[in-house]
Amino acid sequence: MFDIKDLYQEVIVDHNRSPRNFGKLDPAGRTLEGFNPLCGDRLTLYLNLDDDHISDISFDGHGCAISIASASLMTEGIKGKSVQDAGTIFTDFHELLTDSARVIDLAGMGKLAVLAGVREYPSRVKCATLCWHTLRALLAGDHAPVSTE
Amino acid sequence: MTAAVQPLDDSEFPIHRYRTDFPLLGRRVRDKPLIYLDNAATSQKPRQVIDVLDEYYRGYNSNIHRGVHTLSELATEAYEAARKKIQTFINAASHQEIIFVRGTTEGINLVAQSYGRSRLGAGDEIIISEMEHHSNIVPWQLLCEQTGALLKVIPINDAGELDMDEYKNLLGEHTRIVAVGHISNALGTVNPVAEITALAHAAGAVTVIDGAQAAPHTRLDMAALDCDFYAFSGHKLFGPTGIGVLYGKQALLDAMPPYHGGGDMIKMVTFEKTLYNDLPYKFEAGTPYIAGVIGLGAAVDYVNDVDMDSIRDYEHGLLQYATDAAASVPGLKLIGTAAEKAGILSFIMDGIHPHDLGTILDHDGIAIRTGHHCAMPVMERYGIPATARASFAFYNTREEVDKLVTGIDKAKNIFK
Ligand SMILES: Cc1ncc(COP(=O)(O)O)c(C=O)c1O
Repeated sequence: MFDIKDLYQEVIVDHNRSPRNFGKLDPAGRTLEGFNPLCGDRLTLYLNLDDDHISDISFDGHGCAISIASASLMTEGIKGKSVQDAGTIFTDFHELLTDSARVIDLAGMGKLAVLAGVREYPSRVKCATLCWHTLRALLAGDHAPVSTE
Repeated sequence: MTAAVQPLDDSEFPIHRYRTDFPLLGRRVRDKPLIYLDNAATSQKPRQVIDVLDEYYRGYNSNIHRGVHTLSELATEAYEAARKKIQTFINAASHQEIIFVRGTTEGINLVAQSYGRSRLGAGDEIIISEMEHHSNIVPWQLLCEQTGALLKVIPINDAGELDMDEYKNLLGEHTRIVAVGHISNALGTVNPVAEITALAHAAGAVTVIDGAQAAPHTRLDMAALDCDFYAFSGHKLFGPTGIGVLYGKQALLDAMPPYHGGGDMIKMVTFEKTLYNDLPYKFEAGTPYIAGVIGLGAAVDYVNDVDMDSIRDYEHGLLQYATDAAASVPGLKLIGTAAEKAGILSFIMDGIHPHDLGTILDHDGIAIRTGHHCAMPVMERYGIPATARASFAFYNTREEVDKLVTGIDKAKNIFK
């Protein structure tokens, strides 16, 4: 049976308590805010691109453990990657959370796979994907804040 | 865990018998017995209500006030009988003062748009409070935009009580409407609505009371409150969703223009002139939620049988027990510690976001609400994005409170 600790794994609790890449980037080439009006989660992404590589990324804001850990793990997972690779990781990650039929190569996703338990809680999927939706908009050059609703 | 001496407990209040009236309370969630502590969002329904809906649809479903046939007469009779039950339940002077609406939200909007829009103008003032639900804020903001009236806000203190001195300061010759909640859904505070009304009347203003959270917890007495309008929702009072009541004093309702136009609210229609119907039909345009009204009548019968005073006393003991239990949890901070409270335990935890707590409790079958509770200004007042809220009905038990505390401990363990 699904245990609540499968959702709140040690890695998630740890990334919530001490988020990686937390704080402003100064200077930041791009900045974008994302929020979830339903629960009040709010985060800002800071990004520097070197050609099509994510040379540096950070975030700040507040939210539940799932959204903070997800943002922390995301920044860790895509720093140094190409924009295209980041897009592929997002697609896989999104399907991991929403498409239970799809078999995902968890090994290829690295630590992000610890968030797989979120699929048991549909109301929490938005917590885990807020940072990713914000990233996608930021990479697309959007300036308007991203809302999950 | 110790609790103070309680006015009523299970031994005097046959709660286990009452619980069996609510079929849903017997279900399991995530393989655990359900512990339903989200009654402020909506309450569960007793079979007495469910059966009445079923009987209506199976036995005499038809439109009201329109037919000479038997079914229509039966439906009309049941519909109007429910109105009389509600009149008695809230001690209103006449059944014509009972307007059926979709819920509290529609009731408040009706007053804002019909009473407010026809009477208010630039420079007039509307007073609300800092603890209001969005449905008792936004309709007044809309009215202000439409009329040029100004919105004034009664602040609350750290305990979550209205600052009555500031209220008295805000009242003045321009005050036209005072709209406040009877019981706060975010804090549990019981407001002194009779006193608020008396002060408003002395200043020449009318009061609109949001009774959404009061109806299930306390005896409603329009004559004693002397308020001008009072709105509540059926679904929080063990009745169906989509039906609610707006009470208004007859003289005021009589003088107000209709809110919606359509069938049933007219006496005669020609293209030159339309003659509006009498109260309460003037405000009930179109085919109403007939089953909902009849179901709400059954809900009122049900709580009358249990007895509202017993409910109030039992819940008072339960909330005191829950408050004491919460105080024993290190890292838990109550939001809303008014001297007069009912039904609601809102809190935050050190190092645990309310949403994570909500998910962890859900895993143990415990339903609470987390978020801003449609009262964002309250969250802002306390500088927090959200709270966790356990809200009680008379069918909740102390054992359920104990399990809530165990669940909170479990969350603390995960996040330690
Ligand atoms: C204090 C208060 N006012 C108004 C409402 C709105 O009630 P409804 O959604 O039934 O119209 C609620 C319910 O959420 C409430 O708690």
